[in-house]
Amino acid sequence: MTGRVIGKRVRRYDGMAHTTGESKFVDDVIVPGTLTIKVLRSPVHKGTIKNIDTSAAEASPGVASVITAADVPFNAWGVIPDQPVLAAESVRFKGEPIAAVAATDEDAALEGISRIRLDIDEEEPVFDPLEAMKPDAPKVRPEGNLFIFDGRPYRKVVFGDIEEGFRSADLIVESEYFHPAQEHAQIEPMVSLAVPDSSGRLTVYTVGQAPYWNLGMLSNILKMDPRDVRYEQWAGQTRNNWPINSSSGRIKMVGGTVGGAFGGKTDMHADHIPTVMALKIGRPCKWRWTREEDLKYSTYRGPWIIHFRDGVKKDGRIVAREIKAIREAGAYSSLNPYVTDKYCFLATGCYFIPNVRVRGYCVFTNKPPASSMRGFGITPSSVTTELQMDKIAETIGIDPWEIRFINAYRKGDQTPGRRVINSVALIEVMQALAEKAGVKLSDRLKAMTSSDRRK
Amino acid sequence: MAMIELKVNGLAYKTEVRLKSTLLEVLRERLGITSPKMGCNEGDCGACSVLLNGVFVRACITNALTCNGKEVITVEGLAQPGEIHPLQKTFVELGASQCGFCIPGMIIAGKDLLDQNPNPSREEVKRGISGNLCRCTGYQKIVDSIIAVSRQMDEKIS
Repeated sequence: MTGRVIGKRVRRYDGMAHTTGESKFVDDVIVPGTLTIKVLRSPVHKGTIKNIDTSAAEASPGVASVITAADVPFNAWGVIPDQPVLAAESVRFKGEPIAAVAATDEDAALEGISRIRLDIDEEEPVFDPLEAMKPDAPKVRPEGNLFIFDGRPYRKVVFGDIEEGFRSADLIVESEYFHPAQEHAQIEPMVSLAVPDSSGRLTVYTVGQAPYWNLGMLSNILKMDPRDVRYEQWAGQTRNNWPINSSSGRIKMVGGTVGGAFGGKTDMHADHIPTVMALKIGRPCKWRWTREEDLKYSTYRGPWIIHFRDGVKKDGRIVAREIKAIREAGAYSSLNPYVTDKYCFLATGCYFIPNVRVRGYCVFTNKPPASSMRGFGITPSSVTTELQMDKIAETIGIDPWEIRFINAYRKGDQTPGRRVINSVALIEVMQALAEKAGVKLSDRLKAMTSSDRRK
Repeated sequence: MAMIELKVNGLAYKTEVRLKSTLLEVLRERLGITSPKMGCNEGDCGACSVLLNGVFVRACITNALTCNGKEVITVEGLAQPGEIHPLQKTFVELGASQCGFCIPGMIIAGKDLLDQNPNPSREEVKRGISGNLCRCTGYQKIVDSIIAVSRQMDEKIS
């Protein structure tokens, strides 16, 4: 293996097909007779659906079928199953799918959508996570605006003795950082094609990054799992021990050719609606999002507000860190709780801090759901930790390289999540980096190694 | 509806189009030529780039009726059957293609650039592909590949 690959230029297995146009992305799969799906999205940020009248849409030329929540066997999906396929009663973000039309072409589908009569009571939304955290804030969800982690409204990580850490500190460096939202903007928009066969089985062509999660979710949505799964107990629950690993021999997922994702396709954006529709009407159905829909309503890296309170010694050692981090999740759990978890366990960045207390909140607002993007919470940790290192260095008047060497993880250190670090080369990486950048390090820093045990 | 005649990658087609059909729609959905991709459908991303009578166009904002009697080249038709164009080969060798979704359009942009300017500077390559978005690579290896092909062409001539 080593001789064949390392240090050699390796061609991508699919590279040639990408350049010759032979690669079949989901939208390139063309099945005769496929109907086009368009979706009626919520016109309001928050509201209660009073009535949906689809009769005029069903009578519209070229429309094969219209589906609403009533057509979905089990109307919940997600790694934590709190998101409806089609909103039944409550609408929690502008753009949330409410009804879907399958028609002979895009024009007919859009005409059908325009003929759906939606009676919805608009309610007061909340957009600011700090507002949403207040007890009297409008409720995004009936159970409250904070995700519950193991019985607490925040993820708690405690390491060492934080009070003792602050007592031993020479000074406190406190800061608050805002990490904005970010869109993946992958070049291939969301699209899915569901093709039923005569025996009631389905082939689903997915852009998903996790096709087998989607298989599990589709099996649950269609109640196809052959085991005795009592679906009703899971509906709307923000619990994470539900049967995501469901499967069904009646669904075949075809995936793996993904036109960019960056974490934006870990959530099942497009497979559920064509699947429910295709099974209902027995025709292949394709749902292709427009670029505008993709930018407005697909997931994104959620924004963060992170408050640091660090206890620091004059020699540069950080001896205590207290963090209050607020992750804005948007309207549904999606992967936000996992992202929050991962941030909290890695809130010290790549540095050893002996006394740590982290509280990470995952807050619901009336915006489209945020989710994963390249690192699941590590990016806000890295960005804010490094800014904080510079601020500490400036405050105590120490070189920004030196403070990183002093606190860098070394062999035998423990992370706040109690992992013992056995393999680390941070000091060596920084030494190599300094050399490349033409930065002269002191003899003391040059002599340091990651295998020097911390005293 | 109207009939148009199109020559695509050397083959003559007659096909029925609607007045509002785009060239992209006709290529992908009528003729099954799927290398031009629909990334934005509004002329911004360049994933649908093709050569129309040798001119670089975005197929998603080109009305199909205006293409009657014209010739379209996509990446499927850049090289003779069984062969590959130097741009295709070099994109793979230098790792310029990652997810691949923008690559057919990007190669058409590279081909158009080299047709007009066989010996472009790095800046000229960057400007030449500035209408084509790639979200994976950061463009470095794409620019490297186009420059490498221009040098190969140079060596062949001299």
